Amino acid sequence: MSLELPRGQCVLLALCLSILLLQNNTLLAKNTGLIFISNEKSSDITILDLKGEFVRSIPTCARPRGMHFSKDRLQFYVGCADDSTIAVYETSTQKIVKRIRNVEEPETFDLHPDGVHLYVSNEEDAAASVLNINTGELVAEYDTGEEPEGVLFTRDGKLVFVASEAANLVHVIDTVKGAVIKDILVDTRPRRFALTPDEKELWVSAELAGVVNIIDVETLKLVGDIAFLPTGMRKEEVTPVDVLITRDGTRGYVALGRANHVAVVDVKSRKVIKYVLVGKRSWGLALNKDESKLYIANGLSDDISILDTASLTVKKSVPVGTVPYGILIDDH
Amino acid sequence: MIIRLLAWVAAVTLSLTVQVAAQQAQLAITYVSREGDQAYIHKRRYTGLRLRNRYPVLGAAKVAMKESRIVGRAIGVKFKLIELQLKEAVTAVDAVRKHIDSSNSRVLILDLPLADFLAVSGQLTGESVIMFNPRHHANRLRRQDCQSSLLHTIPSQAMLSDSMAQFLRKRNWTRVLMLVGEHDQDRLTANAFEASAKKFGLTIAYRRSFTLRNDPRQRDLNNIALLTGGNYDAVFISDEVGDFGRYVPYQTTLPRPVVGAHGLQASAWHWTWERHGAPQLNQRFARKAKRYMSETDWAGWAAVRSVVEAVTRTKRTDIGSIAGFLRSDQFVLDGYKGNPSNFRAWTNQLRQPILLHTHDAVIARAPIDGFLHKSSTLDTLGDDAKDSTCRFANK
Repeated sequence: MSLELPRGQCVLLALCLSILLLQNNTLLAKNTGLIFISNEKSSDITILDLKGEFVRSIPTCARPRGMHFSKDRLQFYVGCADDSTIAVYETSTQKIVKRIRNVEEPETFDLHPDGVHLYVSNEEDAAASVLNINTGELVAEYDTGEEPEGVLFTRDGKLVFVASEAANLVHVIDTVKGAVIKDILVDTRPRRFALTPDEKELWVSAELAGVVNIIDVETLKLVGDIAFLPTGMRKEEVTPVDVLITRDGTRGYVALGRANHVAVVDVKSRKVIKYVLVGKRSWGLALNKDESKLYIANGLSDDISILDTASLTVKKSVPVGTVPYGILIDDH
Repeated sequence: MIIRLLAWVAAVTLSLTVQVAAQQAQLAITYVSREGDQAYIHKRRYTGLRLRNRYPVLGAAKVAMKESRIVGRAIGVKFKLIELQLKEAVTAVDAVRKHIDSSNSRVLILDLPLADFLAVSGQLTGESVIMFNPRHHANRLRRQDCQSSLLHTIPSQAMLSDSMAQFLRKRNWTRVLMLVGEHDQDRLTANAFEASAKKFGLTIAYRRSFTLRNDPRQRDLNNIALLTGGNYDAVFISDEVGDFGRYVPYQTTLPRPVVGAHGLQASAWHWTWERHGAPQLNQRFARKAKRYMSETDWAGWAAVRSVVEAVTRTKRTDIGSIAGFLRSDQFVLDGYKGNPSNFRAWTNQLRQPILLHTHDAVIARAPIDGFLHKSSTLDTLGDDAKDSTCRFANK
């Protein structure tokens, strides 16, 4: 869509400008059809289009990992551990808007449904901190085990789950009470979360145990496990990290790390439907809007695998930066 | 005196513990060191150089204790670290026994010189204690001197040399020139490497001794050009003192890589290791200790973490339950090296990957791809069950 006003006829410059601006805004507001990938070691963000074609790469702060859209998706946040910074980018232009500094080694985060409070795991600080994303102020801090990692809110924002990698705990924070209400002991090296759409089950990947633990959200107790073992792999190579559950709650995807596969799980029966071979050390996952494609960040082969979720086959691999970590898709 | 004081402190703490026991269980771990330990005295060499500074593993144990605070909150157990430093004059076994009796702290991290270490681990084994070795690579501690109550978090010499042999094999650098120093330890290290070379099909092209003396009559024992003549693919150096080997790289007659005590080294840990969450541990340690984390630091840290893990999973604080769990196949330690670690039933040695590194980069992680094993590739490193000569006296 391009502007085709005959410029000569534009008598009032101001009017012209405002039209230009207006058009610009609607054009670039969101849904750029771009994919952003944070590269932990090369400290840049690779930008791809939805087909997986390389668009460009932009330098960012040091050791970028977790990323998240703002509530209106007009901005996205990038956590940079080595700079202790959260960088805020405009989605449409990928220009930096501001930097929130002195956030101790942020790894990942989740945004409270209020769109204002960002709950950040501070990897080096054994704490989850709460940032007001508008002011950059530190609002609260909760003690966690060492190396807090995955952060996930319930839809109503009442509870937030924080995994502590080194302490093998899932901390449950009640955001209304402002307190850790439970430390749930899980298997070795818990990393990421997914909630079923009905929010009855919380899935937690336990990287070194090679399983996903399932927590009943109502009782906050472990109720089951899903173990993974692709053919030809050894148990110790199965190191699950990222977990996703589809919107209809039927299917789960688990990146199996050094086993170089993604497990496709039937959520109801908790059975693995298929293991799909992807790149080396697959860990970051993202689905596009209609969930027809799953994008997988492979930390050791420095590429992204694009999986067709209907046929469950990898259609494409795209080289990105060094040690890709997180994926954001701006397609709606 | 210090011991008496410690004992008194421990006794007081114990009585306090009894009072609070109703609310919270406690588990104490004692770190045992020896005053004037030669290994930790920094020897200045010619022109004030310090070649091999070693540090007690206490700092690493403290880091692991700090990490355990929140786990303790979750399971309702308070973990506590007690320091016991043995005075130069006292007999190690007596002092440690006395400490156990007075404090009832029965988990011991032994950061002791080898003679003390052998005495304590030999005599206390079977007495309802758990002892950890975070320091000695010596194969004998996993062979004739192995003990049922002694767990090794530091790898054995055989594991280190097997890792190196796998690496050389994989690169097809199969003919090895060995340069061996005069120290007893040099011969042990060299023997371990020879055994590993045999295990993985390397050829020892030459095994030559070197001396640091400058006697012209021993020119062929201290002249690097003469020592490195012949035909070989790599040079393995065994040099405990470290004042010879550092001159070997770039001075060999043939342009060949140097491994062993210099060049490419095999260790349990390295401060530049960047995979599997290692940067977090390295940074956490460096912030507290104000230096880089060494392999003995890692092993000390791993000992504390093992105990905490056992208490966490069993929810018990008695020695029998902890020891039983540590030695079971349910035990899993995340050592930040990628593979879950646990203890070998036949030697109580912690299974673990080994890092092959230069002074500032990790080049490879053993077990090297392609070396297979019927149950765990980690058991391609060190004494496997069928080769083990360890026979525990007290099961």
